[in-house]
Amino acid sequence: MAELNYGLSELAQEIRSMMREFAQTRVKPVRAELDENGQFPTEILREMGKMDLMGLYIPVEYGGTFEGDSLPNLIAVEELSRVCIGVSVSYAATGLGADPILIGGNDDQKKKYLPPLASGEKLAAYALTEPNAGSDVSGMRTTAVKKGDTYILNGTKQWITNGGEADIYTVFAVTDKARGARGVSAFIVEKGTPGFSFGKKENKLGIRASATRELIFEDCAVPAENLIGREGTGFIWAMKTFDVSRPGIAAQAVGLAQGALDEAVTYAKVREQFGRPIIANQGLSWMLADMATQVEAARALTYAVVRTIDSGAKDYSKFSAMCKVYASDVAMQVTTDAVQVLGGYGYMKEYPVEKMMRDAKILQIYEGTNQIQRDIIGLALNKEYAAAAR
Amino acid sequence: MHIVVCVKQVPNTTQVRIDPETHTLVRDGVESVMNPFDENALEMALQLKEKHPGTQVTALTMGPPQAEAVLKEAVGRGADQVMLLCDQAFAGSDTWATSYALSRAISQMAPPPDLVLFGKQAIDGDTAQVGPGVADWLNLPCITYAYGIEIDGGMATVQRSFEDGYETLEVALPCALTVVKEANVPRMASLRGKMAARKLTIEPTTAAAIGADPDKIGLAASPTRVMKIFSPPPKTGGVMWQGEEPAAMARKLVEALRERQLI
Ligand SMILES: Cc1cc2nc3c(=O)[nH]c(=O)nc-3n(C[C@H](O)[C@H](O)[C@H](O)COP(=O)(O)OP(=O)(O)OC[C@H]3O[C@@H](n4cnc5c(N)ncnc54)[C@H](O)[C@@H]3O)c2cc1C
Repeated sequence: MAELNYGLSELAQEIRSMMREFAQTRVKPVRAELDENGQFPTEILREMGKMDLMGLYIPVEYGGTFEGDSLPNLIAVEELSRVCIGVSVSYAATGLGADPILIGGNDDQKKKYLPPLASGEKLAAYALTEPNAGSDVSGMRTTAVKKGDTYILNGTKQWITNGGEADIYTVFAVTDKARGARGVSAFIVEKGTPGFSFGKKENKLGIRASATRELIFEDCAVPAENLIGREGTGFIWAMKTFDVSRPGIAAQAVGLAQGALDEAVTYAKVREQFGRPIIANQGLSWMLADMATQVEAARALTYAVVRTIDSGAKDYSKFSAMCKVYASDVAMQVTTDAVQVLGGYGYMKEYPVEKMMRDAKILQIYEGTNQIQRDIIGLALNKEYAAAAR
Repeated sequence: MHIVVCVKQVPNTTQVRIDPETHTLVRDGVESVMNPFDENALEMALQLKEKHPGTQVTALTMGPPQAEAVLKEAVGRGADQVMLLCDQAFAGSDTWATSYALSRAISQMAPPPDLVLFGKQAIDGDTAQVGPGVADWLNLPCITYAYGIEIDGGMATVQRSFEDGYETLEVALPCALTVVKEANVPRMASLRGKMAARKLTIEPTTAAAIGADPDKIGLAASPTRVMKIFSPPPKTGGVMWQGEEPAAMARKLVEALRERQLI
């Protein structure tokens, strides 16, 4: 198939072919079953660990293979998502949980917590959201109070991806209520710490293979050395994490949309009505043309954002938000259209596109809803043009 | 422990086409891969290596220069050493001559292997002769159709599977095994393994280097004469019951078997 030249490194190309084969042989045969049963892909992730695919974003000195190029990891997410984003989010959420350690952690924390993530021995999770703190993190109620050389955590986190499955949790809690966003701190909390338990596992519309669960902290004593950065820097780590992780959501979206496009075109060539394949109808082939164009545009934007981040740019929140919002809207549109192309068959569980459509919706919600992304872009525009006018 | 796994490069197809004139396999345009059963044998070795730290796995193949690809694939998955038997003198070897050549190569290895593994057969020739042949040249006990192995001290407990049952045998090491598909799901190569394989240069090992008797290798030394190769006609006939209640169909099946005095 013809491809745009994205100037992929040899490593990126290698990862793409490895992950493509892995997704086809290991994930595709079981994705419907994982979805139906809401079953966590433990075996799949373990095998990815053995293949050195869990540490693509972790620097070499901490057991991974990252050496400055983020595209191999992004493309791994994309290829896995092409087959199942229920599986790819379980992979990507470990990266999300690790990012605050990578960005704000000290060397001891990195040495202790990153190597087992790189090898796939352990998974991580990122715990920000609470019942009263969704888009507006200032509603956060979970507290951390310093006591001797520990912090005592109390509160509940909600809808945490990899909850219960992960061993390492990055948890955000209020250390100084009076200081608002500057009173939030980030902690590394290990599974098994007394006072840390799990609430109910959610039953969801899509990404059903992934585990979404409540985290409960009741007088949970966390060693003070597990504080990331200084007290009050938690909000900074949370936002800096999103700036680098949102392209990962975009990669999920690109992969998912590509998977739906693959199904739609393949079907349109073989399904015959009125004596010819349905793709021979202009009304339908134009739909496929729009889908393909949107997928490629989303991919191009996402790769460009990641290259910009890798180049050492300082301010890229706007671009991260742009690729997340654009690619996830494309994924919703393309998966919905794919169901339309397959007609009644597309609506049935025998074909994969209904799952793809259910899965797509989450991409417009998590890691900041698409309304919030547009807010970020709008605020940045306002600021940039004010500066330009001066 | 030292485990040698013999692997063969085969055309990637179960539908081997045969040239109607020359009666040889048509390999043009067909991608080459590791023989699927050899993948199971390699996986068995790699799982033993995980269970018994310090184990060394050597992948061995005989073939043309491009057969080094299967050895690189083996390194990608975790093999520690490789040997490529490659020499014009080996050309045209049948299973007898191939078994001899492989056995010569293995007998030169240090340390001598505790276990020599093969796939149960190669999908291109389907003879299943090379594994037992090598074992015979090396004077090793050979267990064919193995799907499981436990090693404790100098003994191996091996599970075999047949069309009509299972068998568990105990055998002293060193020994040879041919491995079936049910043994495991072969792993894919790891990223670091692939990188290591890419950097690897594999020097071919010649017939002279393994001290092979020139009268026992190559086409001239091969006793096999292919009289005719043909695609067997697909099976026809048979009786099919469809669409009824399972219990009713089962009753008909039992009746039919009784009629033919098969049960
Ligand atoms: C499956 C799943 C997995 C998740 N995984 C994680 C995880 O691993 N870690 C984690 O911390 N969180 C996780 N979340 C939480 C997720 O990030 C939040 O759901 C999301 O941030 C939105 O918060 P909310 O659901 O409370 O919606 P609300 O904030 O209540 O928003 C409701 C609606 O109002 C809109 N809205 C809100 N404020 C504004 C505004 N200012 N302007 C315009 N519109 C606005 C929103 O866009 C949305 O449409 C997960 C959620 C789900 C569903």
